[in-house]
Amino acid sequence: MAVSAHLRTFRHAAWLGWQMESNWTRPWLFMIYSIARPIAATLILVVMFLVVKQGVANDPAMFAFTYLGSVFFMFVAQVMMGATMVIMEDREHYQTLKQLYIAPISIRVYIIGRAMSKLLLTSVSVVISIAFGILVLGLPLDLGTVDWPLFAAAMALGISCILAIGIALAGITFLTAKHSSGINEGIGGAFYLLCGTLFPLTVLPSWAQAVGMAIPLTYWLELVRRSLYPGSAMEAISGLGALGSGTIMLYLVVSTLAFLAASTLIFRYADRRARRAGKVDMTTSY
Amino acid sequence: MAYALEVSALSRAFTGKQTVVALENVDLKVKEGELFGLLGPNGAGKTTLIKILSTLLLPTSGTAKVLGYDVDGEASKIRPLINMVSGGETSGYGLLTVRENLWMFSQFYGVPGSVARERIDGLLKAFGLEDKANAKVRTISTGQRQRMNIIRGFVTDPKLIFLDEPTLGLDVTTSRTIREYIRDWVRARDDRTLLLTTHYMREAEELCDRVAIIDRGTILACGPPAELKRRMNHASTFVMDTTSFDPAPLSAVRGVKGVSADEIESGKRVRLVLEDESAISDVISAVVSRGGRIVSLNKVEATLEDAFIEMVGRGLG
Ligand SMILES: Nc1ncnc2c1ncn2[C@@H]1O[C@H](COP(=O)(O)OP(=O)(O)O)[C@@H](O)[C@H]1O
Ligand SMILES: [Mg+2]
Repeated sequence: MAVSAHLRTFRHAAWLGWQMESNWTRPWLFMIYSIARPIAATLILVVMFLVVKQGVANDPAMFAFTYLGSVFFMFVAQVMMGATMVIMEDREHYQTLKQLYIAPISIRVYIIGRAMSKLLLTSVSVVISIAFGILVLGLPLDLGTVDWPLFAAAMALGISCILAIGIALAGITFLTAKHSSGINEGIGGAFYLLCGTLFPLTVLPSWAQAVGMAIPLTYWLELVRRSLYPGSAMEAISGLGALGSGTIMLYLVVSTLAFLAASTLIFRYADRRARRAGKVDMTTSY
Repeated sequence: MAYALEVSALSRAFTGKQTVVALENVDLKVKEGELFGLLGPNGAGKTTLIKILSTLLLPTSGTAKVLGYDVDGEASKIRPLINMVSGGETSGYGLLTVRENLWMFSQFYGVPGSVARERIDGLLKAFGLEDKANAKVRTISTGQRQRMNIIRGFVTDPKLIFLDEPTLGLDVTTSRTIREYIRDWVRARDDRTLLLTTHYMREAEELCDRVAIIDRGTILACGPPAELKRRMNHASTFVMDTTSFDPAPLSAVRGVKGVSADEIESGKRVRLVLEDESAISDVISAVVSRGGRIVSLNKVEATLEDAFIEMVGRGLG
């Protein structure tokens, strides 16, 4: 398919996604639901952690580590889940999946397009959370010292990776029934624990550390933290201090490419399986 | 003559708690430019065949070519050229307007903007939906949504369109509008092909160049409606009214050799297709011996329905 066709699909899917997100009769309800709710969910976890681990709250670097990891994890929770929700909603609720499936579009491009509104709203949530962190919780972040090019590169790769995982899960959703979002939540939870989100990898058993080191999100979070806190404070905590930022960037690139390739294979396989099993237009009967 | 559809030895089974064979060894050729009908009772396999041909479902075995491309290996070549609508389809994005829904799908097929706008306006008008163009889909009626979906099928100007029971559940006027549109659409250009399924005999007879009669996953006969009826010429068709008796007249006469029957009015009126007219005396004694009485017995002109009754052994019900 031509690039222009993919761009067209992307554009219209993104437009559709935005219509769905912003389809609230009262704008403030939309703001609360789409922006404030993920913030609240994230902060509850951070606060719980801080209560359990009293020491963290008193250590500014440790607090920044925990806070940023949790805040940026919103992208995983929202965008990755958003991608799988597309398949569920279009198949079950709108019942348009079969129409899209036989259309001359790439379903993967369509899913990415649909996920863009989630990406945008989550970005707003993240920015608000960081502002809240700085202004209210005393998060020691100096925007003047941020390594913006590193931050931008890490974000681009991280989001690509999150979308790749989302697409693979969307493929698996093709094969499963409506109430199987459990797998997705399980995977989200695993990433939360294994990628050094709330606490450093070093507290995990060595096998779990090894798994974490194979997931690009680990390197993404590390680079996001390092770019926001140039110096050595973050890497001293994360346990990845032995690796330079260049090396971590290389790991991030390589593991992201591997995830993209795996995502492509999984999606193609699931697509074919779904078409063979007749699951593309399957609706759950209650 | 180019074939729009070439189906050969096509089978499809669904495995689950028990295996259902939805299509068995189906052979079918549809020419470019044809308005072709698949006629069969519920569960015959019509929707399954349409799903396979529209690249939604893979066959279990056999091959199907759509506009020269294989449904298994070349789906991406088929998809830009076709579209499919199920008549009962009320789907759509409720938060978009009718026009926005149609617009979005036209854009997924790469229809140029001005062409799409013009086409959408024309179709909304043709299907009497222009006053709902800017209404949110969630606010319109089921019948209106069905019409919107039929428009969605035509808005991409496919070379080949599949319509699965296009008039299902629609009122008489709307059904007629759709039938007329379908006919005109195919006739307007000679490279347009349309395959519809129906379990309304009249629809197939009125509309289609050729009809395939399908039952239990197998194609029983295929040809122009007139020819299918001609095949019936050796047989005789009667409509019989009886008093009601137990068992029902239908089951009484079904036992008679050389007779196929279908109930027209419950417990009172049946349509009989006799391989040989002399079997009528057996029919009469079958009724009388069970305590029924014949109110009237008329010989009638054979219809496509009779061809169907004879082949399938029962009516469309
Ligand atoms: N996804 C499916 N799983 C199991 N059985 C199915 C499925 N789809 C169709 N069938 C069965 O296949 C047969 C043919 O169905 P279908 O093609 O829908 O018939 P029609 O459209 O002529 O009414 C029916 O017995 C139906 O129950
Ligand atoms: Mg059907």
